[in-house]
Amino acid sequence: MFAVLSPRFRSIENVQNMVDAAAVLAVVTCGITFVLLMGSIDLSAAGVMGASALTVSLLVANNRNDNDLGLLGIGVAVLLGCAFGCLSGLALVLLKVPSFMATLGVSAVGLGVATLMFAGVQPNISDAMLKGWAIERFLGLSYLTWIAATCVLVGWLLQRYTRLGRYAFAIGGAEEVLALSGVRVKPYKVAVFAVAGAFYGLAGVMVTSQLGAGLVQAGSGYDFSAITAAVVGGTLLTGGRGGVLHSAVGVLLVVVLTNGLVQIGVSPYWQGGVEGLIVVAAVAAAVIPQRRRNQVVK
Amino acid sequence: MSVPASTPALEVRGLVKHYPGVKALDGVDLVVRQHEVLGLVGENGAGKSTLLKALVGLVVPDAGEIRVRGEAVKLRSVVDAADHGIGMVFQEQSLVPNLTAAENILLGGEGPGVRRGVYRWDAMRRLAQEQLDKIGSNIDPLVRTDALSFADRQMVEIAKVLRIEQRSQHPPVIVLDEPTSVLESKEIETLFAQIRRLREFASVVFVSHRLDEVLEVCDRVAVLRNGQSVGEVAAAGAVPRELHRMMIGSTGSDDHYHENAAAVVESGQPRLAVRGLSGTSFQDVNLDVAAGEIVAIVGVHGSGREDVCRALFGAEPVTAGEIWMDGKKIDISGTRAACAAGIGYVPAERKTEGMVGPMSVAENMTLAKQRARCAGPFVAPGKQATVVDRWIDRLSIRTPGRDTPIQRLSGGNQQKVVLARWLVGGDIRLLLLDHPTRGLDIGARSEVYRLMRELAASGVATVLLADSLEEAIGMADRILVMNDGRVVSEVGCPAGGKPSPLDLVKEMV
Ligand SMILES: Nc1ncnc2c1ncn2[C@@H]1O[C@H](COP(=O)(O)OP(=O)(O)OP(=O)(O)O)[C@@H](O)[C@H]1O
Ligand SMILES: [Mg+2]
Repeated sequence: MFAVLSPRFRSIENVQNMVDAAAVLAVVTCGITFVLLMGSIDLSAAGVMGASALTVSLLVANNRNDNDLGLLGIGVAVLLGCAFGCLSGLALVLLKVPSFMATLGVSAVGLGVATLMFAGVQPNISDAMLKGWAIERFLGLSYLTWIAATCVLVGWLLQRYTRLGRYAFAIGGAEEVLALSGVRVKPYKVAVFAVAGAFYGLAGVMVTSQLGAGLVQAGSGYDFSAITAAVVGGTLLTGGRGGVLHSAVGVLLVVVLTNGLVQIGVSPYWQGGVEGLIVVAAVAAAVIPQRRRNQVVK
Repeated sequence: MSVPASTPALEVRGLVKHYPGVKALDGVDLVVRQHEVLGLVGENGAGKSTLLKALVGLVVPDAGEIRVRGEAVKLRSVVDAADHGIGMVFQEQSLVPNLTAAENILLGGEGPGVRRGVYRWDAMRRLAQEQLDKIGSNIDPLVRTDALSFADRQMVEIAKVLRIEQRSQHPPVIVLDEPTSVLESKEIETLFAQIRRLREFASVVFVSHRLDEVLEVCDRVAVLRNGQSVGEVAAAGAVPRELHRMMIGSTGSDDHYHENAAAVVESGQPRLAVRGLSGTSFQDVNLDVAAGEIVAIVGVHGSGREDVCRALFGAEPVTAGEIWMDGKKIDISGTRAACAAGIGYVPAERKTEGMVGPMSVAENMTLAKQRARCAGPFVAPGKQATVVDRWIDRLSIRTPGRDTPIQRLSGGNQQKVVLARWLVGGDIRLLLLDHPTRGLDIGARSEVYRLMRELAASGVATVLLADSLEEAIGMADRILVMNDGRVVSEVGCPAGGKPSPLDLVKEMV
């Protein structure tokens, strides 16, 4: 439809643009998918990505200090994301804070940490490798895109072949049964949030590579877009159904749609609203088959 | 260590469990011998489920002793119990629906199926297949559990429970809580074959409210009343009446279905008229029910009768057809219209559709009135309390009080509360009963039958999906047989002229 409305939409260049734009969202969505599979929700992506963006930009070669840790700096940023995820998970299982509240809190903490590190002066990165991620291409696609593709693959393997992934499914399907079978679910819940956090951490690094600088708002909007993408792809908010591959498809759909809207000249101001409508419509469509149970939603 | 054959597999002495306001177990004694199938019967709330839960560590008793093969043990969790070779097949909801059968069977004890957190699917499959082979089942281990039938799921559960053999060297003890209540008669036969097979290498404890069934499959039957053991009988030669007498402490009536109290059916305009009703799982259903008439719909699993029943209440989408109440066409796109037309619906799945767990007995009983204002103005609190108490009394609902959360009640007593909901209103015109006696003990069942008769006599029309053919024949004035989504025949069923179950079975399959 967009292809008809705008010839530019069809160009090779635009396809490349779209796929590149999908990279960061795909990584965030991978992480969030695991949390959604458990039937929890994760709103911490924005904060975690901000903190990770600042961390990485201050650890690799930059204009604020003399650090030049390269890959190690990236690793630290990812681990930081992981730690934030742990925090969400622990708040959920130990303090019994509902996941949306716990992760919202963690997001605020992440933004706070990022703002402290930002300290009023924007760190611009000069690390060649990290900058190169966004620019250099392999087989026509940027390195970031390949990283995202790897993440999807890793996510799929996690989901299909590891206890962590399978139990995430099971927790979403029937948590009480796991307890009856003698499985301790709490460690798995925390681990799932930690894995999700690591994905957000990496996403923060990727945004930094794109922008060439560490920004507090690096992740703003990604939390909602990722949930939209996951849901559009067919991952249920009630847990237990869907998966990483579903979500990857969802990411492409969302990106194509957003890009298409831009190409046909819809004002960016409208896009947020459109995205909101999509997520509600997708959720509604997903629950129609279950409607007959007369179920109540909260 | 070898255990002499005469040592009981399991022995319970003086087990006590108090809940606020109730003594669920009040000094229960029980012996389970090696290689025997022991039946456990008792009225609703007698403490059967609590006793079984104590055996698998889900309930920690206040006092008393559990001995496994002569050795006193403390069971604090399901894992503890499994280590001692005791496992439970839960009645419902104990498989993860979105995992494969193999994963469910091996859940929590995958062993070589998972190495360092990584799944070996071929090993998973093989291990699960070994379990399924033990019970001679040919289910594909890699099929998703929610794609299986009820009966197959139960097989998966049994295969899963048999995993405890890996944890202890001794023959396991398997306890089953009302495994037959959701099964069709053919599936029940398969289950019984399975239980007899289990006896070869395990001991089994079996709970059911259908006494003939208990006597058929068990070697010995123990009876509980008010949380106490009141005796046991050898199954061979025993009759249901005898068990029933022990359960309630006196003799019940023989006229189970109160056939002679059947209401006189008014001819003339039917109370309910259904014309050409079609939906996803049923086609072109026509149905008339007169005031005071009880019409049963029978059919096997998948015949579509449940869906028809739900459709009459507006809870199932229909593609064509009309529903008339007393000559007035009603809108069937939602449940509100049905409520307003005086239709009451008792769902089979009370856990998900019938009750609000944390709310009190009283609130659950009066829910329908408050929600849709189906039946006139609100009841004043004081008056409501008396009404609720009266129904608690009439249905002998065992509860500490009307303010107790319904989830604390035993399964059968929950069912009674759900049933009472439609009766408190008093101005119901059509009652749709989807397995109303599922999980009820004989006394309560008989009481429900009597109520149905009373309601019929006062002009209420009833559509009944019975729990068994006997129940359908006993209660109904007329029986519709459904097969594959269509009504295939109609059998008159007046008192004194009842058809035989065999006649009906012929039509059903
Ligand atoms: N968690 C609980 N809290 C409070 N009371 C409880 C709880 N569980 C059971 N009870 C009470 O203990 C008594 C015995 O319940 P139990 O479930 O063992 O009965 P049952 O014999 O299995 O009955 P049914 O045939 O209806 O299933 C009941 O009066 C019930 O209300
Ligand atoms: Mg019970």
